[in-house]
Amino acid sequence: MGKTTTVRCLAGLLRPSAGEIHFKGARTDGRQPHAIAHAGLGLVPEGRHIFPNLTVRENLVMAGIRRADAREPWTLERVLEFFPRLAERLANGGNQLSGGEQQMLAIGRALMTNPDLLVLDEATEGLAPLIRQQIWNKLEALKQTGLAMIVIDKEVDALLRFADRHYIVEKGEIVWSGDSDALESDKQAQDAYLSV
Amino acid sequence: MAEPATNLSRLRENIPTLLILAALAATPMIALGLGDPFIVKVATRVVVFAIAAVALNFVVGYGGLVSLCHAGFFGIGGYVVGILAWHDFNAEPLWFLPGTSDLAIALPAAILVSAIIATIVGAISLRTSGPYFLMITLAFNQMFYYGAIALQKYGGDDGLQIMSTITLGPLDVSNRYRFFYLALAVLAITLLLVGRFVDSRFGMVLRAASKNETRVIAVGVDPWLYRLAAFVISAVLTAVAGALLAAGQQFISPVDMGWDRSGDLVVMAVLGGVGVVWGPAIGAAAFVVLELVLSSWTTHWQFVFGLLIVLIVVSLRGGLADLGRTIFSRGSEEATHG
Repeated sequence: MGKTTTVRCLAGLLRPSAGEIHFKGARTDGRQPHAIAHAGLGLVPEGRHIFPNLTVRENLVMAGIRRADAREPWTLERVLEFFPRLAERLANGGNQLSGGEQQMLAIGRALMTNPDLLVLDEATEGLAPLIRQQIWNKLEALKQTGLAMIVIDKEVDALLRFADRHYIVEKGEIVWSGDSDALESDKQAQDAYLSV
Repeated sequence: MAEPATNLSRLRENIPTLLILAALAATPMIALGLGDPFIVKVATRVVVFAIAAVALNFVVGYGGLVSLCHAGFFGIGGYVVGILAWHDFNAEPLWFLPGTSDLAIALPAAILVSAIIATIVGAISLRTSGPYFLMITLAFNQMFYYGAIALQKYGGDDGLQIMSTITLGPLDVSNRYRFFYLALAVLAITLLLVGRFVDSRFGMVLRAASKNETRVIAVGVDPWLYRLAAFVISAVLTAVAGALLAAGQQFISPVDMGWDRSGDLVVMAVLGGVGVVWGPAIGAAAFVVLELVLSSWTTHWQFVFGLLIVLIVVSLRGGLADLGRTIFSRGSEEATHG
């Protein structure tokens, strides 16, 4: 609870009732969502929300933001190279994709904005285990490029392998934080917060 | 590798547009063959309303914004031509400007005036959405309508007769056939322009925003400016259609800009199909011809007309444009199965 609200506040879709949000040294709470996206925050929302009436290609192209300071900018070609599956589906409508393809498209769309920080809200939710693994592999590959990410997920095993730092959020508050080793060894925290 | 395929599909996409333009281009020949010049008059009306319906569909079908003030823009275009021609005929300057019956001047004037008004109307109306957008555009339409009635100098609610001969540069376009081809050329340009816009990034943002505005904003695009641009482009093209109507029938009246006429334009778009650029052109043709044929049969034609529209919209969810696609896809399905 409170995770999606946090994400919506980060992206400027909600105004926080208290506190401040700083991104790359500048305060972003209260700024327009499109301005925050231009500042370099890429969001892959829960439920994916790709545009059903646009083709795969159009979903990607419409989100394109070119930034002068991007070292290795994401272009349509590079996104398609990264997700070859999408290249096969270019002319398909967004409503004709499988769940996994939709998730790839949602990530690809966020990459097209050339973000410095990618926020993924429940990116693997509702996907088959095999597809879920594919998404985790892709996120690992993105991590290798040096892209900062905030990943919200319930799959602790995958997160333990993937993430450097962990925060457990309960009812809108951080109740535990630490690195992967600490989380793995802290059975108590795992049992208290993460067991269903 | 994908290049030839996309070229082929692009060609296939353009076939309906080319067929519509070719069929319309043939009507003067048919009229001459049958010795019935009235056909050209009807065809001109079809073309003029096709321009307006295609233009309106850019905001309705692709932008998801149902505007009820497009008859107002239609009338504004007509009145710009009519008023300029009035000042030309009466040799009385309009403020410091001389009047003109030359469409080469009057059409750009109609574009300029409608663009300015549409920018103001759009900037205000687009602050709202859904039913509120509908209501506010309806209110603007009524303002334009009563504004036209208030123009006592230019005929008030009797309308404005154009007494001078309409020209296009050195060309006399009061000739019925010549005028028809002028209007048809404008329709072709309209279809081309709207088609280009829809496929461009501008059109992508517009379409995406019609489904999920928040998501468009979250990927870094503020759709407001795109919507305003679409609204102005649509209004300007509709005003050009109105200007052509006034020039073609040498008459414009407030009746042409009533809110019910705005509704007619929406019906044409929906009837023809809002999902394709050329759909509303078919809708306009069906609307104008049905209105004519049915009203010659019975005085209660509107009842039959309404019934037909309900039947078409219910049975063909993509409008008349779906008719061709349904037949075509069924044919190819049989071919692959057989």
